[in-house]
Amino acid sequence: MIHDTIAAISTAVGEGGIAIIRISGPDAISGTARIFQSKTSLNEAQSHTVNYGHIIDPTTGEQVEEVLVTVMRGPRSFTAEDVVEINAHGGVVAVKQVLDVVLQQEGFRTAEPGEFTKRAFLNGRIDLMQAEAVIDLIRSKSDRAFSVARKQAEGALSKQIKALRQTVIELLAHIEVNIDYPEHDVEDLTSAYIREQCGSAIEAIGKLLKTANEGKILREGILTAIVGRPNVGKSSLMNVLTQENKAIVTDIPGTTRDVIEQFVTLNGIPLRLLDTAGIRDTEDVVEKIGVERSRSALAEAELILLVLNYNEPLQPGDRELLEQLAGRSVIVILNKTDLPHQLEIEVVEQFVPANSIVRMSMLEERGLDRLEQAISDMFFEGQLESNDLTYVSNVRHISLLKRANQSLVDAIEASNMGIPIDVIQIDVRSAWESLGEILGDEVGDSLIDQIFSQFCLGK
Amino acid sequence: MGYAAGEFDVIVIGAGHAGCEAALASARMGSNTLLLTINLDMVAFMPCNPSIGGPAKGHVVREIDALGGEMGRNIDKTFIQMRMLNTGKGPAVHALRAQADKFSYQHTMKKTIEETDNLTLRQGMAEELIVEDGKIVGIVTKTGAEYRARAVIVTTGTYLRGKIIMGELMYESGPNNQQPSVRLSASLKEHGFELVRFKTGTPPRVHKDTIDFSKTEIQPGDESPKFFSHETESSDNEQLPCWLTYTSEATHKIINDNLHRAPMFSGAIEGTGPRYCPSIEDKIVRFADKPKHQIFLEPEGKHTSEYYVQGLSTSMPEDVQLGILRSIPGLENVEMMRNGYAIEYDAVVPTQLWPSLETKVVDGLFTAGQINGTSGYEEAAGQGIIAGINAARKVQGKEPVVIDRSQGYIGVMIDDLVTKGTNDPYRLLTSRAEYRLLLRHDNADLRLTPIGYEIGLISEERYAKFLRKKELVEIEIERLKTTKVKPDDVNDMLTAAGSAPMTNGADALSLLRRPEITYAMVETVVPSPELGLTDEMKEQVEIQIKYAGYIEKQLLQVERLNKMEKKRIPDDIEYSEVHGLASEAKQKLAVIRPLSIGQASRIAGVTPADISILLVYLEHYNRVTAARG
Repeated sequence: MIHDTIAAISTAVGEGGIAIIRISGPDAISGTARIFQSKTSLNEAQSHTVNYGHIIDPTTGEQVEEVLVTVMRGPRSFTAEDVVEINAHGGVVAVKQVLDVVLQQEGFRTAEPGEFTKRAFLNGRIDLMQAEAVIDLIRSKSDRAFSVARKQAEGALSKQIKALRQTVIELLAHIEVNIDYPEHDVEDLTSAYIREQCGSAIEAIGKLLKTANEGKILREGILTAIVGRPNVGKSSLMNVLTQENKAIVTDIPGTTRDVIEQFVTLNGIPLRLLDTAGIRDTEDVVEKIGVERSRSALAEAELILLVLNYNEPLQPGDRELLEQLAGRSVIVILNKTDLPHQLEIEVVEQFVPANSIVRMSMLEERGLDRLEQAISDMFFEGQLESNDLTYVSNVRHISLLKRANQSLVDAIEASNMGIPIDVIQIDVRSAWESLGEILGDEVGDSLIDQIFSQFCLGK
Repeated sequence: MGYAAGEFDVIVIGAGHAGCEAALASARMGSNTLLLTINLDMVAFMPCNPSIGGPAKGHVVREIDALGGEMGRNIDKTFIQMRMLNTGKGPAVHALRAQADKFSYQHTMKKTIEETDNLTLRQGMAEELIVEDGKIVGIVTKTGAEYRARAVIVTTGTYLRGKIIMGELMYESGPNNQQPSVRLSASLKEHGFELVRFKTGTPPRVHKDTIDFSKTEIQPGDESPKFFSHETESSDNEQLPCWLTYTSEATHKIINDNLHRAPMFSGAIEGTGPRYCPSIEDKIVRFADKPKHQIFLEPEGKHTSEYYVQGLSTSMPEDVQLGILRSIPGLENVEMMRNGYAIEYDAVVPTQLWPSLETKVVDGLFTAGQINGTSGYEEAAGQGIIAGINAARKVQGKEPVVIDRSQGYIGVMIDDLVTKGTNDPYRLLTSRAEYRLLLRHDNADLRLTPIGYEIGLISEERYAKFLRKKELVEIEIERLKTTKVKPDDVNDMLTAAGSAPMTNGADALSLLRRPEITYAMVETVVPSPELGLTDEMKEQVEIQIKYAGYIEKQLLQVERLNKMEKKRIPDDIEYSEVHGLASEAKQKLAVIRPLSIGQASRIAGVTPADISILLVYLEHYNRVTAARG
């Protein structure tokens, strides 16, 4: 609500090189000041000024990104609250890292759909006429967010978070029962037990943070290989992809392998294109697949874009590739759709599902949107199609997991210092609540339920 | 049908723990008040355990006292044991618990009521509510007495269509074989109230001379007892110990062998029982692998040999109850003086109430205590005083007093009841409070006495004393902040306390922040000035300094959430017309009719998106209203 500070990426991710993170609320300036390194503190910056500096991660002290920060003090701002906008230009990974650091600040959280507009309205900045539109925006976006949340809640991630939450709530119930039933013969709550329970939750959170698949994709990009026979249009595809993203293409030399990667984003979906040098080489790539280097690159790829020529019948080489790649995440690109149709699509469909077959024309630069959709369907269950929902909800998950982690670390520390359990409980409870926010669970009565199902109490 | 029996400002139906507080508050605030009870010998009766206080409950008693209520003073006069619980834990959960002399407690309360101005205590059973144009105007008793009033508070406890159940036996009855109140239940229904059926129970009582105390562990009271009331300074009450024993394997066998005769499992009980107060048969079934359960033997008073057997609440048949008792070490030859029983009763669905405890259904009608779905004397009394205050204020044309969740457990409880309702008898737990560190036992007066003074329940003299205490605490904190100590002066003390020695000088306040260091230790280094600081004040200084960081954090949260509490929702909002609200939210909001956005956000089934939409709607509504002038 209005008492806290909200933050979100306000430019569509991947569009253009610059991304803006917008922050609004009472702590917008002071919170950003804590992570912004510059000549003068942001707290002293005048309203409507642009400030140059670096975002630093306060836990490591490392610089995350070079940024320009605009300060607009309320009520002279879009929302009539204090507003900070961070302009970052390092592309999707860096922006995500900046948002990550921002959301770690006390009192900050991810903006809900339509929330900036809502605040602007509530603070009298927007005309009455727009009220209805604001409501529709909140409703439609939150319904969609809900369906995303539900989808995720049914997934493996949510199972793990539920298990994690169970560990925390058992500890919490144990603390509560010691407080509310001091004379009952429940097991003593030792600091060793608190450390053990918090420790195992911390370990599980650590694993989740590492393996949360979508988060990994967004951090690192989808490792993508482009394959196909010579002259089917691989290099054209490469060019289309990289041209689209010229401003943010960076060459990252492979560290352990002699493979060049190129990082591009396709409307918010980050791709790490593998072995582009090899692909650019139009000489007999099919044979080169046999080459050790390419083979290992292909084996590692998380996404394989197989390019076929729409304008000629399926060749033995094509078939070989289709067979080889069976069971992998493959999207087949039918190139040259500007020319007459000759390819036996029904044969291709024996190897890959129809929705993973994309018609494109590199020459006319058509079909890129369909490719985006196919990748989005494959990796984000179609939720990434038009905006940054999955992306944001992921940042949200990560920040909530980190927050829960910090609370548990605090609890252990407090326990080691001999702080009483009802005070430690505050940290444990906020860990439980952060985890609950990921699931969208209602806090409600479940703690009380847990207490009475876990312990035998009565008079 | 009836005869005109008198006119009052406020009528209170029922003289249990809720009714007594309600009537006293109303009368002391200057409203001419009638307190009706089915049996004059049962005023402030304790039908279950002879004790008051404990975690959360004890906090409520302190809060009642801070507001100017009676329960704290009354138990301080009549306790036979006083213990501070949770002393090994943080200050927020320290909790005072007293064993009461059951009869003295009743008689002392009755005398206070009889001696209070503006208060009439009378025996009579209210059977009918008189409602005109949706407003309460009076009641009629069984004997035909018609009393008129401008506000009525119903505090019927477990009497409403009460039914006692024990084994195969079942009969209409109030607690302890009192007459039940049957007609009033029908009258409430006629006027549109939704009622639910709840259940509770009590254990058997046994004769002291037939207990072998040598087989039990003694549980004495505190050597220097603390008190519930901020007014009580000392007491020469002699204390009696309680005794601890356990169920045995034989106990569990008897219960298991007789489960088919237990109304809990035979289906005879339809009411929903409290989760936190299960019967012994329930505990043994649900926690089958627990080899033994604690049993506390508690004296019921100095002038009786009855002992309350805590932990053995049961509705088993009488012969089984005796068998259970005699299977317990120390009770092998015990005489059972009264049997335990389960009791079912009607309660009002509490979401039919405003936070003032006035009902939404009938104007001027209030309900408090067990009828609102709670359990426990303290919970009842806490609602009683609020209902009494608000009935009196209603009659006087003043705005109701609502304690919010950050001000007291009373506020937490009432907000829970009226916003969320309850599916089983509601017991206060400290874990129900989100600001536990602020709602401490030690600062109840700081939180609520200014309110008690403002509404006229706290005397000038007491208020002046309270202000002096507050001032002295602040002076002492300031002194510690500005007093510097040198390493040489304190390092011996620090080392002795197992704390790291200092290398540089610091202020005395920062010493006290160390977990191992107490105020008493700091006092040895920087003696406190002769200002008349009492132990209570020193404790306050210590807590405020030691937990300052955590307290400030919670205060900040409260301050922020208060913005939501302050966003009022007009009463005439038609939720069905609010475009965009989810249909579940529309229904819930229309039933609860929250007074603020804060309250709305606590309703189960109302999502943050619904709250957003409501905020936008309200802004729209306010602008349109403002434009119309």
